[in-house]
Amino acid sequence: MSDFTSGFWPWYIGGISLVSILACALLLWIAGKATVTVQPGKPVDNTTGHVWDGDLRELNNPLPRWWMWLFIITVVFSLGYLAIFPGLGSFKGLVKWTTLDEHQQDVTQLKATVAPLYAAFSAQSVEALAKDPRALAVGERLFMNNCSQCHASDGGGSKGFPNLTNANAAWLGERTADHIVQTVTNGRTGMMPPMGAAVGGEPEISEVANYVLSLSGSPHDAFKAASGKKLFTTCAGCHGMDGKGNKAVGAPNLTDPYWLHGWGEAAIVSMIKNGKTNVMPAQSPKLSSEQIHVVAAYVLSLSKSSLAADAVVPVSASKTP
Amino acid sequence: MTDPEAKDTQVPSNPVSPPKPQRVIPILAVDDSSAVVSLYQSDSKIYARSVSGWFNYWRWAMVWVTQLVFYGLPWLVMNDRQAMLFDLGTRRFYIFNLVLYPQDLIYLTGLLVVSALSLFLFTAVAGRLWCGYTCPQTVYTEIFMWVERKIEGDRIARMRLDNMPFGVTKLARKSAKHAVWIAIGLWTGFTFVGYFTPIRSLAAEVLTLSLGPWELFWVLFYGFATYGNAGWMREQVCKYMCPYARFQSAMFDRDTLIVTYDEARGEGRGSRPRSDTPAQYHAKGLGDCIDCGLCVQVCPTGIDIRKGLQYECISCSACSDVCDGVMEKMHYPPGLIRNSTQNGVDQKLTRRAMFMRVLRPRILLYTAVLGAVVVGLLWSLLTRSAFKVDVVRDRGSMARMVEQGQIENVYRLQIMNATEQARRYALTVNGLKGARIVSGGQVTVDAAGSRWIAVRVQAPPDAAAPGSHAIAFVVSTPDAWGEEVTEKSVFLVPR
Repeated sequence: MSDFTSGFWPWYIGGISLVSILACALLLWIAGKATVTVQPGKPVDNTTGHVWDGDLRELNNPLPRWWMWLFIITVVFSLGYLAIFPGLGSFKGLVKWTTLDEHQQDVTQLKATVAPLYAAFSAQSVEALAKDPRALAVGERLFMNNCSQCHASDGGGSKGFPNLTNANAAWLGERTADHIVQTVTNGRTGMMPPMGAAVGGEPEISEVANYVLSLSGSPHDAFKAASGKKLFTTCAGCHGMDGKGNKAVGAPNLTDPYWLHGWGEAAIVSMIKNGKTNVMPAQSPKLSSEQIHVVAAYVLSLSKSSLAADAVVPVSASKTP
Repeated sequence: MTDPEAKDTQVPSNPVSPPKPQRVIPILAVDDSSAVVSLYQSDSKIYARSVSGWFNYWRWAMVWVTQLVFYGLPWLVMNDRQAMLFDLGTRRFYIFNLVLYPQDLIYLTGLLVVSALSLFLFTAVAGRLWCGYTCPQTVYTEIFMWVERKIEGDRIARMRLDNMPFGVTKLARKSAKHAVWIAIGLWTGFTFVGYFTPIRSLAAEVLTLSLGPWELFWVLFYGFATYGNAGWMREQVCKYMCPYARFQSAMFDRDTLIVTYDEARGEGRGSRPRSDTPAQYHAKGLGDCIDCGLCVQVCPTGIDIRKGLQYECISCSACSDVCDGVMEKMHYPPGLIRNSTQNGVDQKLTRRAMFMRVLRPRILLYTAVLGAVVVGLLWSLLTRSAFKVDVVRDRGSMARMVEQGQIENVYRLQIMNATEQARRYALTVNGLKGARIVSGGQVTVDAAGSRWIAVRVQAPPDAAAPGSHAIAFVVSTPDAWGEEVTEKSVFLVPR
C-alpha cells in the first residue's frame, strides 16, 4: 500500500467493493421477490415497444431462474475470494498470499529443477563444457540475456566493447578459462592515460597515429609513420617496442587488424589525446558461479566456432602522400 | 373489433400481430396467463417425443458425420505422428500435411471469416440450418436424448417416471442414464484433449491413471460441459446463451426458408372422424389441422410452430416430420408444416418460384464474398513457402567498424522450418553493393524446428553514404525445389 499516502484509501476501496457486492445481492433479492400483476383478459404485450424494420420487436422476457442463481453464485464467490485473497483495501486475506511469495516459490522451484543440471556442468572443466552442445545451449541463453547488450548477440562487440569471437592474438588478456571466469565475475577496468602532452603537439600525434596504423598494415601516410616511429617509444611502456601490446596490463596489440576503440587516424588521435577508461562491470551479483562457469564456456567457444573464421582481407596498398 | 382480433379469440393470442394486410413474421413470447408473474421464470422440463421421417434421417446423418469426424480424427496417423495435432507446448499445429506456426494465425482468421460468411449465407437461404443439424449443442442433445429414450422410454414413459415416487426402478433408470451420459461426456472431453496432447499417449495415461493435472482438468471440464449442456441445459443454451441464435434473425428475410405452418390450409383446427371428406369437414369450419398436438410434443425447444416463426425455433423440422406422418394417416396431402418461405406461404408460390427467389442480391453478395475468401485462403495455403524467416537487427550493436574499415552489421535471423525433415538453408544478402555475409552462408534447421542464428554482414567502407540502407536477406533451400524467401532489413553505415 506504499502507493497510497493516507490510510483512508484502503478503507475507501474496500468499502466500495463491499457495498457494491451487497448492493448486487440486495438487487437480486428484491428482483427475485418482485412480481408483475397482469390484468385478466388483457393481452400481455411483453415487448419493450421498440420496433425496427417495421416488424422487429425487442422482447422483454423473464430471465430464467437458473440465471439468477448464477448471479448469486458470483456474489458468494466474490465474498469468498475477498476473504481468502488480498483485495479488500489493505486486508491481506486469510492465506496471506502475495505475488512476491509466489515469485520466490517459483524461483526456488526453478533452482531446484536446474540444480542437478548445473551440478553436472560444474563438475566439468570450462574447456570441456565449451564442446558440450547442451552446456552451450544454456550458455547461449545466459549470454543473450546478460552479455549481448554490449558484446552484441554474435559476441562480436562494437566500438569500446571487445570482440569475443576473435582468435587468441586479438584478446586484451589471456584467452583462458580462468581469465574469462575472473573477468565475468569481478569485471575489469582498462585504462589508457591521455598521452597527448607526452607525445608532443598535433603534428607529432598525427605521426604516431600513422605509425600505429602502419603496424597492422592499415592504410597510412608512410612519411608521417616514419617520423612517428621514433615518437612511439612513449607508448612502448605499455604497448611494447614492437606494438604487440601487453596482456598483463591489458594493453592492446596494435599490430593486429582489430580495433576496439575505432579504426582510422581520427580515432587513434583522439585516443592518444584523451585516453580512456573502459569498464566491464562485475557480473557476480547477477550470475551465480555455476552460471558464470557455463557462460565462460560459451564465450570460449565463440572464438573457436565458425563465426571466428572470418576471412580477413589483407590490404597491401598504403595511402600515398 | 376488427376481423383479425376476432380470430385471435380462436387462436392462442397473437397480440403483437398488426392488422391483416401487412402481415409480419409473428414473434411470440412465452405465453403466461397467470395473473401474477415473477420476473424470473422457472423452466418447465421439455419431454420431446421421438420422431421419424425425412428430416430426422438427415439430422441423424449429420450426427454420424460430425461425430465420426470429431471422435475419429485424432486417431488418424500420418508421417509417424498424429495427423491432426495442435501441440501447444511446442507451438506447432499439425493438420495432415501442413505444419503451422503461431505466425500462421492468419489462416485461423481466414477459417473464422469463412465460417462466419457461411453462417450468413446458409442462414439467409435456409434459416437456422446450422442450429438444427450441425451445431454441437443440437448434435449432443440428440445423442443424449437417444440414450434417454433407450433407458427411460419415450415421452409418456419419461413423464410417468419423473412423476413416480423415488424407488428402485426410478433410481436404477436414472442412474443408468446419467452413467451413460457421463461416459459419453468423458469420452468427448478425452477426445477434445486428444487434439492437443497426442491421443494415444493420453489413452495410455488414462489407463495407467497418470494423467497430468491440467489434462485431467480439461478432460473433466469438457466432459462436464458436454454432460451439462446436452443433458441438462439443452434448449436453454439456444434460448439464453447462444449469440448466434440472436443475430441469425438479422439474416432472415421473407424469402428465407423456415419451418412454416400453413395457416390458410390448417385453420380451424379440430378433431374429426377420419372418414370425413374435405367437403364435410370444411363445412364444419375445420381446416386440415386435426389438432393432435404432436408437433408441440416433438419440439425440442417446446414451442408450438402453429403460432408462427418464433425465436426459439432451431429449424430442426421435427414438427414437419411428425405432421407429415399424421397427414399420411389421414390421407391428406403432406406439407401442412413444411420448409417454405414467408412469401411462399403468403403468396402460394410454387417450389420453383421460391427457388428462383434464392438468387437475390443479398445471397449473391454473400456467395461472392465467401467464394473470394475461400479462393484467397486456398491460394495462400497452396502457394505458401515451406519455411519462414524473421530478421531482427541486433539490439546490442548498431554498426561497427572492423578490420580494414569494413562496416559490419549484426542481425539475428530466425528460420522456421515448416517441413518434417531437417533442411539446409543458404543465406545471401543483396541490395547493397559489396555487402556480404561473413558468418557462414549455410544453416541446418531440424524438422519442424526453428532456429535463431547471428548473422554478420560486412560492406566495404565506400559502399554507401552514412545512414540507413535497405537490404534484403534471401534464404533458399538448395536441396528442395530451390524455394526462396526474401526478408527486408536495413544496413546502417555510421558517420
